[in-house]
Amino acid sequence: MSARAEVAVGMSSCGIAAGARVVFDLLSKNVSAQGLPYSVVATGCIGACHAEPLVEVRQADGRSFLYGNVDEVRAQSIVEKHLAAGVPVAEILIPADYPYLARQKRIVLANCGVIDPESIDQYIERDGYAALRKVLTGMTPEAVINEVKTSGLRGRGGAGFSAGMKWTFAREAKSTTGKKYVICNGDEGDPGAFMDRSVLEGDPHAVLEGMLIAAFAIGSDEGYVYVRAEYPLAIKRLQIALRQMEEKSLLGDNIMATPFSFRLHIKEGAGAFVCGEETALMGSIEGKRGMPRLRPPFPAARGLWDSPSNINNVETYANVPHIIRMGGAEYAKIGTEKSKGTKVFALAGKIKRGGMIEVPMGISLRDIIFDIGGGILGDKKFKAVQMGGPSGGCVPESLANVLIDYDSLTATGAIMGSGGMVVMDESTCMVDVARYFLSFVQSESCGKCTFCRIGTKRMLEILIRITEGKGQEKDVVDLEELASNVKISSLCGLGQTAPNPVLTTLRYFRSEYDDHIRNKRCAAKKCKALIRFRVIPEACTGCMLCARVCPTKAAHGERKKVHVIDQETCIRCGLCNEACRFDAIEITSGKE
Amino acid sequence: MEKAFQALLEEWKGVKGNVIPLLQKTQDIFGYLPQDSMREIAHVTGKTTAEIFGVATFYAQFRFTPMGKHVMKVCHGTACHVQGADSLDTVVEQRLGVMPGNTTKDMEFTVERVACLGCCSLAPVVMIDGEVYGRLTGDKLGKIVAAAGAKK
Repeated sequence: MSARAEVAVGMSSCGIAAGARVVFDLLSKNVSAQGLPYSVVATGCIGACHAEPLVEVRQADGRSFLYGNVDEVRAQSIVEKHLAAGVPVAEILIPADYPYLARQKRIVLANCGVIDPESIDQYIERDGYAALRKVLTGMTPEAVINEVKTSGLRGRGGAGFSAGMKWTFAREAKSTTGKKYVICNGDEGDPGAFMDRSVLEGDPHAVLEGMLIAAFAIGSDEGYVYVRAEYPLAIKRLQIALRQMEEKSLLGDNIMATPFSFRLHIKEGAGAFVCGEETALMGSIEGKRGMPRLRPPFPAARGLWDSPSNINNVETYANVPHIIRMGGAEYAKIGTEKSKGTKVFALAGKIKRGGMIEVPMGISLRDIIFDIGGGILGDKKFKAVQMGGPSGGCVPESLANVLIDYDSLTATGAIMGSGGMVVMDESTCMVDVARYFLSFVQSESCGKCTFCRIGTKRMLEILIRITEGKGQEKDVVDLEELASNVKISSLCGLGQTAPNPVLTTLRYFRSEYDDHIRNKRCAAKKCKALIRFRVIPEACTGCMLCARVCPTKAAHGERKKVHVIDQETCIRCGLCNEACRFDAIEITSGKE
Repeated sequence: MEKAFQALLEEWKGVKGNVIPLLQKTQDIFGYLPQDSMREIAHVTGKTTAEIFGVATFYAQFRFTPMGKHVMKVCHGTACHVQGADSLDTVVEQRLGVMPGNTTKDMEFTVERVACLGCCSLAPVVMIDGEVYGRLTGDKLGKIVAAAGAKK
């Protein structure tokens, strides 16, 4: 295959937010106006979100060059120097051995940022639908399931159940309705996670191909992709993908001239975190309130509309075509003994190089943060990583050598989770983090189970009290007791895992709780009721910036004279500190 | 609008699992869910109005009052939270005079708090009329709000 000369612009939601559209338009306009031998294409997320907008120039000779933080000025110089004169712009080039990219292993993300996600032909050119062809024309359903079992693939939605086992149950289940369903869970609700969005936006066909293979394996002829409504671009690209599949007869009756027939629908979520739970999700597809129900029966026995259903996460399905193509045994060579393959993470928070990363299982958390992520923003002190969102927990710096696999992470009290990885530094208050997650699950609890509904509310009240400096010694004991009750008395994963952020912060950061309760002090200077803003007279130049941004006029003073902050009216929003150019605002807490 | 709504009811009549798509598309037409529309959806789907209202109130997406001309979603995902999303709320309140969950009196802006927009690497972010603005500071957001307000 001869290489096409292309200029690829990363146009996922975050690329666009960073300004990729302006860059794309500028490049397109110039390339066509000057008749340059390149085609400008929009691709999905290249993954280096910290350097968005990203532009990759792929020359006809097969060499490629990646540019980061491209604005209009940089785009102009790429056109003039690289595209027109053939000389790469060295100053803004991301080097080929860039550690952010070098330590990754891209299987699920292999196409993301490389192909145009709105072109089925580009997907097919890169072996797309070859796995489906292999399955439909030469394998039995049992052989397909065996291959997936051999690969060791475990659910990437967070719980880590064996995908091959799940498929076996769904295959063996007898349907009383004559139907079986395949469902893709794209209700990525964990705050701080955007892996599924990037995969759906960047390589939608891989997910759909995985679903078709699963459908063939379990004996299903109809499926649903459930995507949250907050991801309009993912939904749009799925719709395009479905239309293209229909045109190529990859959906409908007798696909690839075999007896296999399949129909696929897109369901837009309507904004309920609990719908990420499989039984709630199916209730939502049926048009009901998305409330979980008792399991068993598991979906594999009785799921959507009382029919056996197989439900996997976006990333799980996206792995399937690769497993079929490379073989389960080959796939199982990647990773650790019990966790095979790779995992996609959304690296964010107080980190230098955030973005979408895919790493082999078995890499250490520290390597991810320091080698790939480049360490902590502003070289502050690394405190913890929050993994798995509201269901997960905080892994402290002392345990950062833990290896990325399902079991090691569970041992720390956190979970693999769907892949959200939010890095926290010394300026993050762990009590505040616990309060944040609890307020999230408390408002997202569907209300069915008493402990989840009321227990989380009581826990939240206690945490708010502590962050407001009104905590009592007994509060920590009450929190622990409530946490264990919520865990054992809730039906679904939401309630069962809701206390995790509280429990892990209590386990590793107990001293911060004590500090808030006993000394009324927030060392991270985050809890508003416990901090004060003060102007440092020696540093203040009287520039009046703080006075201008202060919403309550608490910061005031005359031009060129030292300003003061009135403690009575100060609401501790921190805007003065953000605006000050002379580091003249000091935040204190406790008896400092 | 009424005509589009009637066509919608006709299109989805008898389709399995039609309740939520009907509610979503009705909201697309009116900008919110008027009470009468829920009554008609109940009629078409063979459910009670209470059931329809029960489903609609369960999901965060559905609104029961008219929206402002511009919709602003302030992200409160984990990454945005640790990067200071709270102070963005302060800026919004100061500029527009409303807290998240409300609409300004002149019906220009509806402000909402959302759990996560999935643009965590650009935290903190807000979305205004479908467009995401990232790496915000209080000052930057103030300017963006002012510019959006000027856009009619």
